[in-house]
Amino acid sequence: MNTSNINKRAFQKTFTQLINITKATCTVKAQGASYEEMALVDGRPAQVVKIVGDEVTLQIFKGTNGIATNAEVQFLGHAPMLKVGDELIGRFFNAYGEPIDGRPEIDGIEREIGGPAVNPVRREQPSELIATGIAGIDLNNTLVSGQKIPFFADPDQPYNQVMADVALRAKVDKIILGGMGMLYDDFLYYKNLFDNAGALDKIISFINTTNDPAVERILIPDMALTAAEYFAIDKNEKVLVLLTDMTLFCDALAIVSNRMDQIPSKDFMPGTLYSELAKRYEKAVQFPSGGSITILAVTTLSSGDITHAIPDNTGYITEGQLFLKRDTDIAKVIVDPFRSLSRLKQLVIGKKTRADHPQVMNACIRLYSDAANSKTKLENGFDLTDYDQRCLKFAKEYSNHLLAIDVNESINEMLEKAWQLFKEFFGKHEVGIKQEFVDQYWKE
Amino acid sequence: MAKDTDTRCGKVLAIVGNLVTVQVDIPIMNREICYIVICDSLSSEKRLMSEVIKVHAGLVYIQVFESTRGVKIGSSVEFANKMLEVDLAPGLLSKILDGLQNDLTLFPGIFLERGLYNTPIDFEAEYEFHPRMKVGDRVVAGDWLGHVRENWFDHQIMVPFKCAHNTYKIKSINGNGVYKIKDTIAVIVDEKSAEEIKVSMHQKWPVYFPIESYQEKLRLFKQLDTGVRVIDTLNPIVEGGTGFIPGPFGCGKTVLQHIISQYASADLIVVAACGERANEVIELFVEFPHLDDPRTGRKLMERTIIICNTSNMPVSAREASVYTAMTISEYYRQMGLRVLLLADSTSRWAQALREMANKMEELPGPDAFPMDLTAIISSFYARAGYVHLNKNNNSTPGSVTFIGTVSPAGGNLKEPVVEATKKAARCFYALSQKRADSKRYPAIDPVDSYSKYLEYSEVQNYMSKHISSDWVASVYKAKDLLLRGREAFEQINILGDDSVPLAYHERYWKAEVIDFCFLQQDAFDKVDCYSPIERQKFMFELILKIADYNFDFNSFEEIQDYFKNIINIIKQMNYCEFNSQKFSEYQNKLNTLISTKISTKISSSSIQMEAR
Repeated sequence: MNTSNINKRAFQKTFTQLINITKATCTVKAQGASYEEMALVDGRPAQVVKIVGDEVTLQIFKGTNGIATNAEVQFLGHAPMLKVGDELIGRFFNAYGEPIDGRPEIDGIEREIGGPAVNPVRREQPSELIATGIAGIDLNNTLVSGQKIPFFADPDQPYNQVMADVALRAKVDKIILGGMGMLYDDFLYYKNLFDNAGALDKIISFINTTNDPAVERILIPDMALTAAEYFAIDKNEKVLVLLTDMTLFCDALAIVSNRMDQIPSKDFMPGTLYSELAKRYEKAVQFPSGGSITILAVTTLSSGDITHAIPDNTGYITEGQLFLKRDTDIAKVIVDPFRSLSRLKQLVIGKKTRADHPQVMNACIRLYSDAANSKTKLENGFDLTDYDQRCLKFAKEYSNHLLAIDVNESINEMLEKAWQLFKEFFGKHEVGIKQEFVDQYWKE
Repeated sequence: MAKDTDTRCGKVLAIVGNLVTVQVDIPIMNREICYIVICDSLSSEKRLMSEVIKVHAGLVYIQVFESTRGVKIGSSVEFANKMLEVDLAPGLLSKILDGLQNDLTLFPGIFLERGLYNTPIDFEAEYEFHPRMKVGDRVVAGDWLGHVRENWFDHQIMVPFKCAHNTYKIKSINGNGVYKIKDTIAVIVDEKSAEEIKVSMHQKWPVYFPIESYQEKLRLFKQLDTGVRVIDTLNPIVEGGTGFIPGPFGCGKTVLQHIISQYASADLIVVAACGERANEVIELFVEFPHLDDPRTGRKLMERTIIICNTSNMPVSAREASVYTAMTISEYYRQMGLRVLLLADSTSRWAQALREMANKMEELPGPDAFPMDLTAIISSFYARAGYVHLNKNNNSTPGSVTFIGTVSPAGGNLKEPVVEATKKAARCFYALSQKRADSKRYPAIDPVDSYSKYLEYSEVQNYMSKHISSDWVASVYKAKDLLLRGREAFEQINILGDDSVPLAYHERYWKAEVIDFCFLQQDAFDKVDCYSPIERQKFMFELILKIADYNFDFNSFEEIQDYFKNIINIIKQMNYCEFNSQKFSEYQNKLNTLISTKISTKISSSSIQMEAR
């Protein structure tokens, strides 16, 4: 029973007495299993999630349909692993790290996925701006390397396009795509886009499509992040990890916890949701050596409800969130300035960017918020003041030229544009910006 | 006290996540520390620290402070015959610790490998001891025997807290000299049992018990300045007080806590980063060693201890982290320091309790939290307070002030953790999504938030003595003006600009002046981020004067435009050094602006007097 790890690989004992089968898990009578160990149940990959005496519960990633009560269970003696190495580059893998692009298996060092946390004192404070050209992001919600930030979007919004734009424009060494429950079409979209952009030489993908079993998704973020850690730590590279869609990852967690009879907390999500998400998102890191992991994720919402447990817990973990919204006044999709936030922007705006950046950003948003009030007044049939009128005009221009996701320009150009709009619609006293900046940038 | 671990062993019987069931045939105590022994590979054996949290039907349930990956049925569990305790000795200042009091800077490698533990105390370090008591003196637990210099203050070497309930006589005490932390510096004798106890600079204390070696806990009276105007003036917190900051994500909880940790008028700040983002803690590591404490001129890091159990570190150690932080705070309070403990966030701790309760299949309370959540939270908040230390310590005052943040699920202020905390804390700083959305920071809602301390006659007396005689009355007046402003705003929104009397607009805009010029504060501006109380007093009185004036207006547009100008000028004042040349220039500009519109009811000469 207490055979050492090495011996165990030689004597892979087989157990065949299944006493419990649910949709996602099974329980087998077995000895010597260790917690979180991988196993094969009738050839299907599985992982130990609970042990009580000689009853070992396994989650079977491919589901339990067709599993017999005398199925063969073999324990593999290790936690889930990924082979890492430069051969990963340009390749497409499934949730187990097996190639799905028809090319051969890769050679590499085997690493356990879901490894320990980085010691906080070994981190570096993020301070490098990631420019995307999108003003709704660069001006109002600047991204910083080492940050983790999701798009909160309804399923009908073009988050995949925006995320792909950001990925291709960002100056990073590697892009790692983790696709969970991705529509096969979206998978092809990414594949073709990266291919056409000639960017495949820096992209690695771990894909679980809607064709694949749902529970497999649980492995995707860990796979993607283990690969990311290889490039960020072993190679000191800047890595951008794209995770879409984290809502489906959470749903998969909920399935497993439900099958294990755990008491659900809010919205039928497992009580461990916060920790499970944090374990993944906190892999975003800036190292002193220059290597970094930045995570850009997608969390789809159900009709914009951010109080649901998934976006809510995500919001408490990530360093901000980006909201997309259709602006009917200009018939474009914009980055919502009210609900979007990048927490790390304070580390770069006004420091790595022009000194007036923070105040200009805030003034724009305040005036845009005044415009929203004016709009309410208008809709309720009240007379508008001159100020209201000017706010509304400003808002339209601001939305069209700065918030829309089709904008692609430098941050200085964005700031100049904002000052132009201020001058066009407002007096100096109405923008509430520090006098020294007004003196410098308010061009009469 | 058998320390022989061979005889105190159990075997693992079941594993679900961090909850492990152990079979033992020896007596163990609740909350006892134990270690699961695993073999990671052939060469290394690892011991995973755990804690007993329940005994049921003869089986012992332990929470493991580490990942349980690789633990097997039958793995050996060694019991340590002690509860979770912290090392208390000189040298804790400026340290960055994890929830179990390991010094994070001492761990090797990039990752936090499990099974590694250390102590933040450097037992080889030497300190110069200066005795204060002499042979034959009668002492009790907590009495200062003498001191060593720790950084910038006299670290008192005390009669160990575990000696409570007895009186002792000093049998011997060392003279001035340099000693190591574990050297005996005094021997005390129990007056009844004649038991001798050797006292060194080092003692241990179990974190779940409050340190109570003081004379008395007082009713609170003394204001603790934070430099944040909406707190200090409108909802003040006091030394030894408790407060909490609930708010949805993105409302500025963390920025607010950072500002408080930088500028609060405390001697020592203990920051417990409990289940929050690692990058936020790094901000403290990186910035505090460079930032100056505005009161003492020393670096902020010199008065800070960081306890950090970030969200990706083991969940079960979250609870330990807040207790470790509180115990260290109490220890320094025992030396007469004013300690401020900030915990971000207590919700994560509550969630950790929920995860364990859930795994133990306990019947859940509201939102699946454990039933005793309220009791746990209130007894934790109760450890804050303002005390008079022992008579032998000249009854020196000391305090632990506690401010916790709460991260309510979905921003719902009726969820169990907020409800439970509301019963325990006396200051409530409600962060409002609406204010955050319109970038009115700090997003503390001026109407919903409260400080119960304003009702304390002790606090009222203190304020009328130290700030101004009618201070509390003015504060209530300002709150009233804000509420009236909000009501006027609602009326304007319902009825329209034209259909309400001009007075409504004036009322609304006067409230806006208070909001924009006083409540809002730019945390990222190097002047505005910190407002000392005398500056707050000056600005508050200036702004309330404006609210008192009667102005002559003809249209609501005129009112809007006029007050926007006023707001703009006062905001510029907020960005200037107090009483600087520029500051007075703006003030003169303000006075001119006011005198142009003021109604004849108050003569303009009285305004000129305000200009000093």
